Amino acid sequence: MLPAAALLLVFLTYPLGLGVWLGFTDARIGRPGIFIGIENYEYLWSDAVFWLSVFNTLLYTISASILKFALGLWLALILNQNLPFKSFFRAIVLLPWVVPTVLSAIAFWWIYDSQFSILSWALQQMGLIDHRINFLGDPENARASVIAANVWRGIPFVAITLLAGLQTIPQSLYEAATLDGASRWQLFRYVTLPLLTPIIAITMTFSVLFTFTDFQLIYVLTRGGPVNATHLMATLSFQRGISGGQLGEGAAIAVAMIPFLLAAILFSYFGLQRRKWQQGGGD
Amino acid sequence: MASVAIDEVYKSFGAVEILHGVSVNIEDGEFVTLVGPSGCGKSTLLRMIAGLEKISRGQIAIGERVVNNVAPKERDVAMVFQNYALYPHMTVAENMAFSLMLKGVSKPESDAGVRRAAEILGLVPLLARYPRQLSGGQRQRVAMGRAIVRDPAVFLFDEPLSNLDAKLRVQMRAEIKELHQRLKTTTVYVTHDQIEAMTMADKIVVMHDGIVEQIGPPLELYDRPNNLFVASFIGSPAMNLLRGEIATGGSPSFRGAGGISVPLASALSIPNGEPVVLGIRPEHLRLSDDQGIPVIVAVVEPTGSEVQLIGRTAGGEEIVANFRERHSFTPGETIRLTAEPSLIHLFHGETGQRFQTRTDQ
Ligand SMILES: Nc1ncnc2c1ncn2[C@@H]1O[C@H](COP(=O)(O)OP(=O)(O)OP(=O)(O)O)[C@@H](O)[C@H]1O
Ligand SMILES: [Mg+2]
Repeated sequence: MLPAAALLLVFLTYPLGLGVWLGFTDARIGRPGIFIGIENYEYLWSDAVFWLSVFNTLLYTISASILKFALGLWLALILNQNLPFKSFFRAIVLLPWVVPTVLSAIAFWWIYDSQFSILSWALQQMGLIDHRINFLGDPENARASVIAANVWRGIPFVAITLLAGLQTIPQSLYEAATLDGASRWQLFRYVTLPLLTPIIAITMTFSVLFTFTDFQLIYVLTRGGPVNATHLMATLSFQRGISGGQLGEGAAIAVAMIPFLLAAILFSYFGLQRRKWQQGGGD
Repeated sequence: MASVAIDEVYKSFGAVEILHGVSVNIEDGEFVTLVGPSGCGKSTLLRMIAGLEKISRGQIAIGERVVNNVAPKERDVAMVFQNYALYPHMTVAENMAFSLMLKGVSKPESDAGVRRAAEILGLVPLLARYPRQLSGGQRQRVAMGRAIVRDPAVFLFDEPLSNLDAKLRVQMRAEIKELHQRLKTTTVYVTHDQIEAMTMADKIVVMHDGIVEQIGPPLELYDRPNNLFVASFIGSPAMNLLRGEIATGGSPSFRGAGGISVPLASALSIPNGEPVVLGIRPEHLRLSDDQGIPVIVAVVEPTGSEVQLIGRTAGGEEIVANFRERHSFTPGETIRLTAEPSLIHLFHGETGQRFQTRTDQ
């Protein structure tokens, strides 16, 4: 038992510890750094690009999470109804999630291509726009585009977990509420939503963590551009630390993500505590 | 309050028809139980009254209004579910107030309504608890409270006691009956337990495989079952049934397997040799010294208030007899049992329909 625990501790904490340590050094690739205190952080504090990446990360995480939640819940509600070909649709919904991220990112890269974008083409054919949209070349468009790609990729996880949650709500509660006089909206508001909140809390915590630390999509689609408009903390950390060779600085950016992640975990820890109505005896 | 008229109602799930033309009239204020074996369509019929299942054919009226196309919430019925279906995220008080809240009843008025129902059911100390923090019997009471708060035209119960232990079931049975005597709301109560049906109902509807076998007050069903199904379903221990035929030579009698002969009431209009099933309730059998059906004693079960005897006739058919007196029997001995001819039931050997006897009129 003890050796296993020790092993686990080493495996889990060594990379983290090393990362934190690197953040306090001026290590470069191929040169072990020396301790320089919080110099990296002081530098980042006055670095506009770093702050832009913080802003981008928050914008990306918050807007993508809200969209994923709204669309995922909507999809889960639809899939929970008695549709024909139910299991077929459920399988289809999972697709964006099982496709390797890099592959879907490449697909989006093609969809957003400034010359051959199928989206632009379709909108042009419908007569909605008169010239091609510069999806990834314009800062605002690029932000919206990467958020849309992330939402597309993240919806299945939200939809399927919420669907699993919906299926645990007994049908008789809906029947009882119907007899009590509830409309469809009131069924959702007073039965579905409150009974689903524990699952929503778990799902959205994971979704926020995934989104906050997202790297692959951005790296394939924009590499942080144009003019850093889509740089997230994760991509900036990689660019500075690995591509740019400034290991210490890259590590410091990554370490700067930890407070945000801790805040998210704490938030969910309190959000996830068993609600009063979930406590007490069996069923 | 309202009457409920169920008229030639059919129900199919896909291609499978499970109710084949059911008609029941329920008077205003009546307590009616639907009873029958598992799968006979009791819950389905109840859910059709509530509006939770569509009516395939026929019609159901509540009061003067045909409700076939009326939404559940417009029907003014309250239902108590087998699993109670309490909202787990609401306290007892909130559960009971939910329907009032949806109706837009003011808070003080709704509080007063909840309070009144809670007092009737002894739920006042539990109002702030959540369903998970209640025992089975308490949940059951909350489910009833939720129904009475609404003061509906009709109460529907679907096997509300089947999740409770035997003792609590007897207690709740009395409570529900008392509640009905107090509120006088029309009640339809589904159960597969015939004792529950007998003890609670003004009127029993016996169902079997999607049809109604018989409708009547409990004692009428007990004393004059229309057919073999009702005869064997109502009553515990069940009625003894012996197969045989009618012999009309001299005074009419029943001749059964193993040379059994049972004298019947004299004015009998059944032809000689007709195959019949003879039915005798266990408590109607008497000990006799020299005549009656010879029975070999198999098991004797004294319960204190009575002695139950299980034996076998010479034809190998099982017979159960109940005696209020404390006879002592030894397994293996042969005794003789008789019954008053007026207490004997006769059913047609093939159709199972009852032959009317003189005492029926
Ligand atoms: N939604 C449904 N789809 C298909 N068949 C159904 C459905 N609901 C009920 N049935 C069938 O209808 C028949 C009657 O069911 P119902 O639930 O009314 O029986 P019940 O008399 O209440 O039995 P129990 O005492 O076991 O509750 C059963 O054979 C059941 O399989
Ligand atoms: Mg049932």
